[in-house]
Amino acid sequence: MLRDLTIGQYYPVESPIHRLDPRTKFLGTIIYVVSLFLFKSFWGFLLTGGFLVMVTVLARIPPKYVIKGMRPMLFLLLFMMIFNLLLTPGEVIGEWWIFSVTKEGIYAALFMGLRLAMLVLGSSLMTYTTTPNKLTAGMESVFGFLKIFKVPVHELAMMISIALRFIPILLEETNKIMKAQQARGADFETGGPIKRAKALIPILIPLFISSFRRAGELAEAMEARCYHGGEGRTKMKPLKYHIGDLVAYIVLAGLVAGCIFIP
Amino acid sequence: MSLILDKINYYYSKGTAFESKALKNISLTIPDGEFIGLIGHTGSGKSTLIQHMNGLIRADSGSIYYNGQDIYDKDFKMTELRRKVGLVFQYPEHQLFEATVIKDVLFGPTNMGMDKLKAELAAYGALKAVGIGEDLIDASPFELSGGQKRRVAIAGVLAMSPEILILDEPTAGLDPAGRTEILRLLKKIHEDNGITVILVSHSMEDVAEYAERLIVIDDGEIKYDDEPRKVFTHIDELRKTGLEIPECTELVGRLADLGLKVDRSCLTVDEAVASILQSTGY
Ligand SMILES: Nc1ncnc2c1ncn2[C@@H]1O[C@H](COP(=O)(O)OP(=O)(O)O)[C@@H](O)[C@H]1O
Ligand SMILES: [Mg+2]
Repeated sequence: MLRDLTIGQYYPVESPIHRLDPRTKFLGTIIYVVSLFLFKSFWGFLLTGGFLVMVTVLARIPPKYVIKGMRPMLFLLLFMMIFNLLLTPGEVIGEWWIFSVTKEGIYAALFMGLRLAMLVLGSSLMTYTTTPNKLTAGMESVFGFLKIFKVPVHELAMMISIALRFIPILLEETNKIMKAQQARGADFETGGPIKRAKALIPILIPLFISSFRRAGELAEAMEARCYHGGEGRTKMKPLKYHIGDLVAYIVLAGLVAGCIFIP
Repeated sequence: MSLILDKINYYYSKGTAFESKALKNISLTIPDGEFIGLIGHTGSGKSTLIQHMNGLIRADSGSIYYNGQDIYDKDFKMTELRRKVGLVFQYPEHQLFEATVIKDVLFGPTNMGMDKLKAELAAYGALKAVGIGEDLIDASPFELSGGQKRRVAIAGVLAMSPEILILDEPTAGLDPAGRTEILRLLKKIHEDNGITVILVSHSMEDVAEYAERLIVIDDGEIKYDDEPRKVFTHIDELRKTGLEIPECTELVGRLADLGLKVDRSCLTVDEAVASILQSTGY
C-alpha cells in the first residue's frame, strides 16, 4: 500500500547522525555512492555494508523501516538483475530458448543488484536523518560555487525542498482520497489490469486538482511574504560545522581508502 | 439493526517512532434512527473513530458488530457494510472526479452493483434531497459553488441508500448561511428517511440544536455520551478538553449565576429568549 512508501521521509529521532551538518551528510552520501563504484571484488560490499549498518545503528532507525522503504525499488532491482543475468556474454553454463546464462552474467547480476540496493539504502539514510529544510540548505551551500556560472542554485534548492516537503502531503492526500472513494464502494484490489487502471481515475483526478490548488496556494503565500528568490537572502540558522562532522569526514576518508585498496 | 463497537483500540504507525494511540477502549452502541453528534477538539480521534464504523480502518483490538454480525469475520461482506454505513469525509468536494454531477453521484450506487435504472433513481432522489436542482444535474461538478459541490458530494453517499449516514465535519469551511443550510438538510434527511445520522463536529453550536445524543471524545477516549442538555452541565470539564458550550447556554448560565431565575439548559436562541422573558416577567 501507499502508506508503506517510507523512502525519502524524515524519521524524527535524536541521534548523532541526525545532528550532523547537512553538508556533511550530503557530501558523505556522494562519497559513499562513489566508493560503491571503486571496488571490483565482493569484499568491498563487506566494507560498505559495514559502514551502512554502522550509520543505520547510529541513526537509531529501525532496520524494518529502512527495508520497508526499499520495497518500491524491488521491481526495478529485479529487472536490472534479470537483464544482467541474461545479456552478459561469457562462459555459458545454462541455456533456455534464446537466453543463455553465463558465469559472468550471474556475477554481474549479483554485483549490480547489491550495488544498486546499497546505493538506494545509503541515499535514503540521508533523507531519513535530515529534514527537507536542512537538506536544501546543505545542497545550496555545497553547490553554491555554481552561482558564479549563473546557475540559480537557491531556486533549484527551493524547488527540491518543496518537492520533498510535498511527498508526505501528497501521500496522505492520496490515502484520504482512496478511502473516500472506497467509502463509495470503489475497489482497487480486484479485477484485471484494465479494470485496475480504470479504478485509478477516481483517485488521480482529485489528486491532480488538489495538487494544483496546493501549488497555487503556496505560490500566493510565498508572494504575500515578499519571496523573490535567493538574492540578498540571509539564513535564520546559518550552517555550522561541529566536531562530529570532522569525525564523519575522517570515517568517510577511511571508507574511500578501503574501497580503493581492497584486493 | 444496530452498530456496536466493543472495546476498540487503535494505534497509528504501530511499531515505529511515529506510533501514537488514537483510540482507547471505545465502546458504543448506535441504535436505529438516532441523530447523534460526535464532538471533540481537533486531533481527539473523531475521524479515526468513524472510519472504524465502515471498516476503512481495522481496529488493533476490540470488535465491531453490524446487526449482530462481527465485521472482522472472514466471510463478512465489507462492500455491504460500506453501502449501509455511508461515510462522508471532511471536505468531500475534494473527491469529485466525474464530468457531470449526475455521473459523479452514480459512482457509489454503480459500485454497489445496483442496476442502471435503480442507480439513476437513487441518484436523482439523493440530489433532490440535498437541494440540487435539475438544471445542475448535467453541469460539471467543478463549476459549482463550494456549498453546492459539498451537497453533490453528500448526495454521492446518500445515493447508496445507507442506513447510517456519518458526516465528518460537514460544515467545515462554510459561511454561516451554508452551515445552517447543510445542518437543516441533514435534519430533514434524518426525518424523511428515518436513517441514523452521526454528525461529527468540533463546534457545539453545530450539534446542539439538532442532535438528540452527544458523544464527547477527548484524546481518544469517550468522555460523555448523553443528551446534549446533560452534557452541557459539565461546563468546566468541557472547557478543559478544549470545547466551548453553545453561546446561548453560556449566556443563560451566567445570568443564572447573577441570580436570574432562568433555565440553565437552554440550547437555542429561541429557548433562551423565552426563558429570559419568563424570568423577568414580560
Ligand atoms: N494518517 C495518520 N497517521 C498518523 N497519525 C494520525 C493519522 N491521522 C490522524 N492521526 C493522529 O491521530 C489522532 C486523532 O486524529 P483524528 O482522528 O484525525 O482526529 P480528529 O478527526 O478528531 O481531528 C491525532 O493525534 C492525529 O495526529
Ligand atoms: Mg477529523
